[in-house]
Amino acid sequence: MAAEADVLVDDWGGGVHPYRVGHRKLGMWLFIMSDSLTFSALLITYAYVRSSNVWPTPFKFYPSIVFSSVMTLVLLSSSLTMVMAVSASAHGQKSKARTWIILTALLGATFIILHSIEWNHLMSEGLRPFQLLQEWIERWPGSTPLFGATFFGITGMHMFHVLTGCIYLFVVAARVKNLKHEDIEISGLYWHFVDLVWMFVFPMIYLLSIDPKK
Amino acid sequence: MSAFAETENHFAGSNKLFMSVWIWLLLLTGFEVFLGYIQLNVVMMLVILMGASIIKAALIVAYFMHLRFERLNLVLTIVPAVVICICLLLIFFPDSFRARQLRYTGPTPASEGR
Repeated sequence: MAAEADVLVDDWGGGVHPYRVGHRKLGMWLFIMSDSLTFSALLITYAYVRSSNVWPTPFKFYPSIVFSSVMTLVLLSSSLTMVMAVSASAHGQKSKARTWIILTALLGATFIILHSIEWNHLMSEGLRPFQLLQEWIERWPGSTPLFGATFFGITGMHMFHVLTGCIYLFVVAARVKNLKHEDIEISGLYWHFVDLVWMFVFPMIYLLSIDPKK
Repeated sequence: MSAFAETENHFAGSNKLFMSVWIWLLLLTGFEVFLGYIQLNVVMMLVILMGASIIKAALIVAYFMHLRFERLNLVLTIVPAVVICICLLLIFFPDSFRARQLRYTGPTPASEGR
């Protein structure tokens, strides 16, 4: 045992726990690695399609951008509450951690509701995955109908992750007393990753598609 | 196992630190939205926005996801692999400039009877 402890002191020592994290946490990190490549592939494909076509830039600063900025604020705040949950759990305050986790999941749910309103708004105007609004076609002649496909595809994929995260967090909140600290930290890793992805989706999808006419 | 058990609950970083990271993230987001409001040209926007987003991502990974307080071993296993793979994905991107040339840029097809 003593020998093992000595090995673990050194960063390059390896030993039984070369990363000093449990196998589940390492698993979550590996999942995050692969998921970040999925999102990168989606965003780079979007950049490719956008750069090789006429691309509509339809989002009005108000309401679209202001609305999506509020969504960003909600998601960023949910990351902060998640950090507070992990911090409370590290200090052994399980019920406090539960409150923070539930708050995080509720902020996630708020994000989904706000985003659904946004989707509903665009779809009621006539935007479909492979079809633009007539008004946009007239304003940007020859623009590609793939706008809808990339918009709904990327934001939908992200929303799916938020939804999964909410369910995950509610399950963690319900079982918080039976879980180890590291398990709560792992749910935090997933949640922060969802937030991180939005930090790329928001500027690329929304801020680069602002209507130049105010 | 004892060495691992001791460090199992290791948790660095105070709530104050996390609050300040959160405020930085909000400031950077505000800056990005402001750039959207004043409307720079698209290449300029892309470069600045991606720069700001990478800083934000680094803050989230380092402090919220706690990677800064993990072993260097873990950091070096995760970060370079992801960065290199993403750069490799970008290999395809310049082809979009070629694809752009293939686009029909004349009058709208309907008026030409094409």
